[in-house]
Amino acid sequence: MDELIAILKDIHPDVDYATATNLIDGKILDSFDIISLVSEIADKFDVVISAEYMVPENFNSAQALWDLIQKLEDEE
Amino acid sequence: MHNHVLKDLKNTVAKFLDKPAFCGEKSVLTFKQLDESIDRIGTYILRQGIKKSPIVVYMEKSPEEVAAFFGIIRAGSYYVPIDAEMPSVRIHLILENVKAPLLICDDATAASAEELGFDGKIVKYSEISRSEENGIDASALDEVYKHSIDTDPLYIVFTSGSTGVPKGVVGCHRAVNDYIDQLSEVLGFSEKTVFGNQTPLYLDACFKELYPTLRYGATTYFVPKTLFMQPLKLVQYLNEHEINTVCWVVSALTIISAFGTFKTEIPKYLKTIAFGSEVFPLKQFRMWRAALPEATFTNLYGPTEGTGMCCYYRVDRDFEDGEAIPIGRPFDNTDIILLDDDNNEVTMESGEQGEICIRGTSLTLGYMNNPEKTAEAFTLNPLQKGWPELIYRTGDIGRYNERGELMFVSRKDFQIKHMGHRIELGEIEVNAQMIEGITGAACVYDKAKGKIVLFYSGDKEEADMKVLLKDSLPRYMVPNVTKKLDRIPLTSNGKTDRVALNGMI
Repeated sequence: MDELIAILKDIHPDVDYATATNLIDGKILDSFDIISLVSEIADKFDVVISAEYMVPENFNSAQALWDLIQKLEDEE
Repeated sequence: MHNHVLKDLKNTVAKFLDKPAFCGEKSVLTFKQLDESIDRIGTYILRQGIKKSPIVVYMEKSPEEVAAFFGIIRAGSYYVPIDAEMPSVRIHLILENVKAPLLICDDATAASAEELGFDGKIVKYSEISRSEENGIDASALDEVYKHSIDTDPLYIVFTSGSTGVPKGVVGCHRAVNDYIDQLSEVLGFSEKTVFGNQTPLYLDACFKELYPTLRYGATTYFVPKTLFMQPLKLVQYLNEHEINTVCWVVSALTIISAFGTFKTEIPKYLKTIAFGSEVFPLKQFRMWRAALPEATFTNLYGPTEGTGMCCYYRVDRDFEDGEAIPIGRPFDNTDIILLDDDNNEVTMESGEQGEICIRGTSLTLGYMNNPEKTAEAFTLNPLQKGWPELIYRTGDIGRYNERGELMFVSRKDFQIKHMGHRIELGEIEVNAQMIEGITGAACVYDKAKGKIVLFYSGDKEEADMKVLLKDSLPRYMVPNVTKKLDRIPLTSNGKTDRVALNGMI
């Protein structure tokens, strides 16, 4: 989780990712952020997030995104 | 002949009355509704006594925003679209530059419009487009139309400026009409065209959809921005609306191909795909062609100063790894010349490099209230000394390949294309240097990773720099990486040592 927070902080240092739950709905992350995020996650965690998982629910909070990464890691 | 961009409007309206013209997330305007709104807005502007003036449009992306643009044109004035999400500091610079008497906002932007410190009058779209008091004065509007000429200004769109101040590119009817003639022929637009628009309305990129929709009675859907982070839903949206034509920046297309969307869903109605503004990674491009073997793919190239796009290449072959997709050839009625450093022509046969310069009707009128920058970029054609003929010097370096196709090589200066946006690295540097406590700043672009990297010296932390720059730069210009140095490396001439900086990314 800390590693994920570090990646997110690198994109927007001013966001408190521990509490934020509206990263997409609140327009904090835009489509370009999502793309760099997905590619950073692929590098760091060796997890490929495919199109079907790219929905706001999975990106609205650091926790939701972390849960997704865990789920995809388990599936491998 | 088309001497006015709205010349076809009445014919199109008569033919397509209740067909949707522009469809947004919250509303739809049919041709009849669009026409009425245009005439009401036009009439309102004339009643204010405003003539041949810039009018600011500060609205959310919507069919109504398009009606505001065309209403302004109907009244013989020209529109200045402003991104409502842009930091207010930058909006101020634009408002100071154009000095408009009127600003049109909507319910969503009304509150922030009041805080812009705008000198002229502010009105809401809803108050001037529908109200019964705004009866249409057709004869006054026709009188304006009669006196218009095709070199009258139509719009001002703002592009990044290296001195930190955005530059307003003034475009005219003649160039837009010519552009739409040529583009429509190349891409085959008709009344059956259903556009999925991706590009913002505050740039000239959206002309590809707006003007052909009026001319042919096509339909344009404004694809919701949030779908560009949900590739599967994006394709479902395209299919739901049977969208057959997209003119998108490359990064919007690769969002679909890069995440395996085609395995689940194919945008099966797409027949015409145009792209530009960036290099299309071949791996992604091949996925698109494999998914849609029947579709046509066209690379478009052109700076805002040349009105939309000025060159095209219809993909007709496969490319080797590492090869770039050509810029191709100019549209009919546009000419490209390559000039070397001594202003001599670089021939096609030589295969040498030169600055890409544009000649023809497609040239815009210049930069608003900025004679110095205009004179630098819009110069006399050095190859033709008999009479004054303007060319636009793009600052792009190009060459012809062995097939006689124009290829993009690099930039002469520090302008970059990042996520489809044209950015002057100098504008970022100037804004960084204006932050208190910052003693030096230099920006480079990490092409391999597609990241803007800012090096700076001063007493701010790396994370804080990004946050501070959000106050003055649009978000696509905020550096992706900030690196603090003791001092910015200089060359022996005292200039920023960009080679050294590039080695540090």
